[in-house]
Amino acid sequence: MARLNVNGKSYTADVDPDTPLLWVLRDSLGLTGTKYGCGVAQCGACTVHIDGEAMRSCSVPVNMAEGKKVTTIEGLAVKGVLTKVQKAWLDNEVPQCGYCQSGMIMAVTALLKEKPKPTDADIDATLTNICRCGTYQQVREAIHAAAKA
Amino acid sequence: MNEMLRFDRRAFLVGAAAASGGFSLGFSTNGAQAADATPEVNAWVVVKPNDTVVIRIARSEMGQGSLTGLAQMVAEELECDWSKVTWEYPTPGQNTARKRIWGNYNSTGSQSIRQSQDYVRKGGAAAREMLIQAAANNWKVAAAECSAANSIITHQKSGRKTSFGKVAAAAAKLEPPKDVVLKDPKDWKLIGKGVKRLDTYDKLIGKQVYSIDLRLPNMLIATIKDCPVNGGKLTSFDADKVKGMRGVKAVLRVSDSSVAVVADTFWNAKTALDALPMVWDMGENAKVSSASIADMLKEGLSAEQTYIGNRQGDAAGAIAGAAKKVEAVYSFPYQHHVTMEPMNATARYTPEKCEVWCPTQNGEGALAAVAEASGLPVSQCDVYKVHLGGGFGRRGRTDYVTQAVRIAKQMPGTPVKLIWTREEDMAHCAYHPITQCKLTAGLDADGKVTGLQMRISGQSILASLLPQALQNGMDPIVFQGLTPSSPEGHLGYDIPNVLIDHAMRNTHILAGFWRGVNLNQNALYLESFIDELAKEAGQDPLEFRRKMLKPKHRAVLDAAAAKANYGNASKGIFQGVAQIMGYGSYVAAVADVSVSDGGQLKIHRIVGATDCGYAVNPAQIERQIAGSFVYGLSASLYGEITIKDGAVEQQNLDSYTLMRIDEMPRVESVIVPSGGFWGGVGEPTIAVAAPAVLNGIARATGKRVRDMPLVKHSLKNT
Repeated sequence: MARLNVNGKSYTADVDPDTPLLWVLRDSLGLTGTKYGCGVAQCGACTVHIDGEAMRSCSVPVNMAEGKKVTTIEGLAVKGVLTKVQKAWLDNEVPQCGYCQSGMIMAVTALLKEKPKPTDADIDATLTNICRCGTYQQVREAIHAAAKA
Repeated sequence: MNEMLRFDRRAFLVGAAAASGGFSLGFSTNGAQAADATPEVNAWVVVKPNDTVVIRIARSEMGQGSLTGLAQMVAEELECDWSKVTWEYPTPGQNTARKRIWGNYNSTGSQSIRQSQDYVRKGGAAAREMLIQAAANNWKVAAAECSAANSIITHQKSGRKTSFGKVAAAAAKLEPPKDVVLKDPKDWKLIGKGVKRLDTYDKLIGKQVYSIDLRLPNMLIATIKDCPVNGGKLTSFDADKVKGMRGVKAVLRVSDSSVAVVADTFWNAKTALDALPMVWDMGENAKVSSASIADMLKEGLSAEQTYIGNRQGDAAGAIAGAAKKVEAVYSFPYQHHVTMEPMNATARYTPEKCEVWCPTQNGEGALAAVAEASGLPVSQCDVYKVHLGGGFGRRGRTDYVTQAVRIAKQMPGTPVKLIWTREEDMAHCAYHPITQCKLTAGLDADGKVTGLQMRISGQSILASLLPQALQNGMDPIVFQGLTPSSPEGHLGYDIPNVLIDHAMRNTHILAGFWRGVNLNQNALYLESFIDELAKEAGQDPLEFRRKMLKPKHRAVLDAAAAKANYGNASKGIFQGVAQIMGYGSYVAAVADVSVSDGGQLKIHRIVGATDCGYAVNPAQIERQIAGSFVYGLSASLYGEITIKDGAVEQQNLDSYTLMRIDEMPRVESVIVPSGGFWGGVGEPTIAVAAPAVLNGIARATGKRVRDMPLVKHSLKNT
């Protein structure tokens, strides 16, 4: 039985301790905003925050997340008020298919916490999430817009 | 737990609506407004009493934005308030029941907008006339005295006004007009505007339901393994070894080459499938490798038996008699689509009905697959399309739908969601076809091209997926962008003697439609070689092209060159150009590249120009141009699927590298719609990405890259 704190709420899930956090979020807790893309920590679609740090939940066993604060894409906006990253994503119309964008937004949110005014080089060095629709140009513009907001 | 409950309820509503089978509930929706009992004005338009306009969209949205563009076209003629527009998908089953009233559901070949623009605009216009007629009937005045704008109908003489929502129920009972007149393009108010997409918000908060996210009451989750070698068989598997594992509900044979584990969660299904002992018969195809395929293609470059796609004059004679003969051989490897959302489908089978929820680009094909796999008549089947996490041509196929139904049929009454692992996805694609190309040309003493031969050797997509569409054995799609004359895309150069032919060389590796399809390598071959000819002729590659390009091809290349300030690059930056016509549009690119002494490539900027005739939503076209460059550049830099012992070697994204943001050049787009035709925008620009960059690299280094990807040449983009 795994005990988790996700988006400020307590959950229990009857899973093996080595089950990836991603699948506990999706299948046990019904939080499907966090996406499965590769399962090997390459694509970043599954990015969540664990104690504020961006992590690839497909490669984090659920027992490693116990006793920590997990934040998913569903936990960013509070009472329908978008965060500045989400707002920049909306204003710049970043998503195409949108499947990678949960992870992209989580990764960028963590980046901006670390570096509130990232340079293009900071973005290049930090953001390794894959987008197959090719929204990178809009992602970059939206990051700079969010940094200014 | 509140979130979870709400989610389940929503998914259940979709299922319940589907199960009821009533017409007004026979819709799958991701839109803000779920289908209800409001009668439609016509097949395309439902107006609710509160003035909300629900526009029916037959084509699939997978990121390309055509959902919004199609709604814009209906709304343009409908004269409705755009801020009140939402949307829903009519199901393929309803389309069949209503004699295909929504037309073609295919969302492939950049066709969603251009192939349906006429009838969707007419649908909007007819609904507008019916709404006006209903208001006129109420007022007992002539409809001709009334007009509509912004969802308000006005009787000019009396100044009376009413809203669409107030007359929609009455309009629904009227005979549709026999004929409607569409607006002159100069009067468009909404078409041509970069209005915001209708489907952004939910994608920012994790609320957008993709097919892989679907949850139904009592649903189980399956994952599958098919024989690693296409054509091989699954001899046996030992289900008893895993039946006791956590959460496992069933271990099922799905075909003669595949087995699935059904469990309560994906992870439990995957864990058991990984532990399941399987015995394979890999078959004869296990002898095939990338090297053996390359040898076969090489032989095709000089084969006598070919299919001819373009013959004008006497190319061989012209080249033989030319002042200078130039020859080069190029090749392009297999590519994988890598939709971010892996293949998946949810099926529920009972002896009376079979329903599938899936992320398909091909709704009607999916419905046919459900009927075939379930053994039920089409009238007892339906498909509910759910938002796609990328398509790129991969989801035109229905293999994963068939598998889901075969699994669900063995568990009647229980909905089963089949999810492929990424490893399964890498191994069982229909890949961008592999080809080689030998190009030969003759130049006269003035450097004019007198003859051009292109021999393409390699795989046919139609032979793999749609052999019934071959024309006397020939695959006409092989010649995309190279035909003598076609509204889809023809050779842009006026060259007096041309011979372009195809030596078809197929393998057991399935070839499929990969965004841009054969235009990609055809443009790479042609446009790289044109640069080689320009060099041999001692001419600037842009000017060399301009002399022999047809007017529209030349105009779009000029537009790209002007935007890129061609010829005035900074020191150390080299510009490569390329143009092609495909999917009804004319496209061109200019890439600014540099290459360091150590082989560090940098693509600083790439300009893309498009003449798509009419530009419905320029903001989305810009995003399609930028996204197309990413798709094309990712393949150019890294993309290569290789074969060993008959199987695909790349098992996940750690061995199949994809381009990330650090390699993204600045993209500038120029949209130059010249009017009078409708071209697509989702694909053609991909084809000019590689040749523009390769031509820039050749000018920077003096070395010509003729086989892809660039990583093989130690050219690493930074």
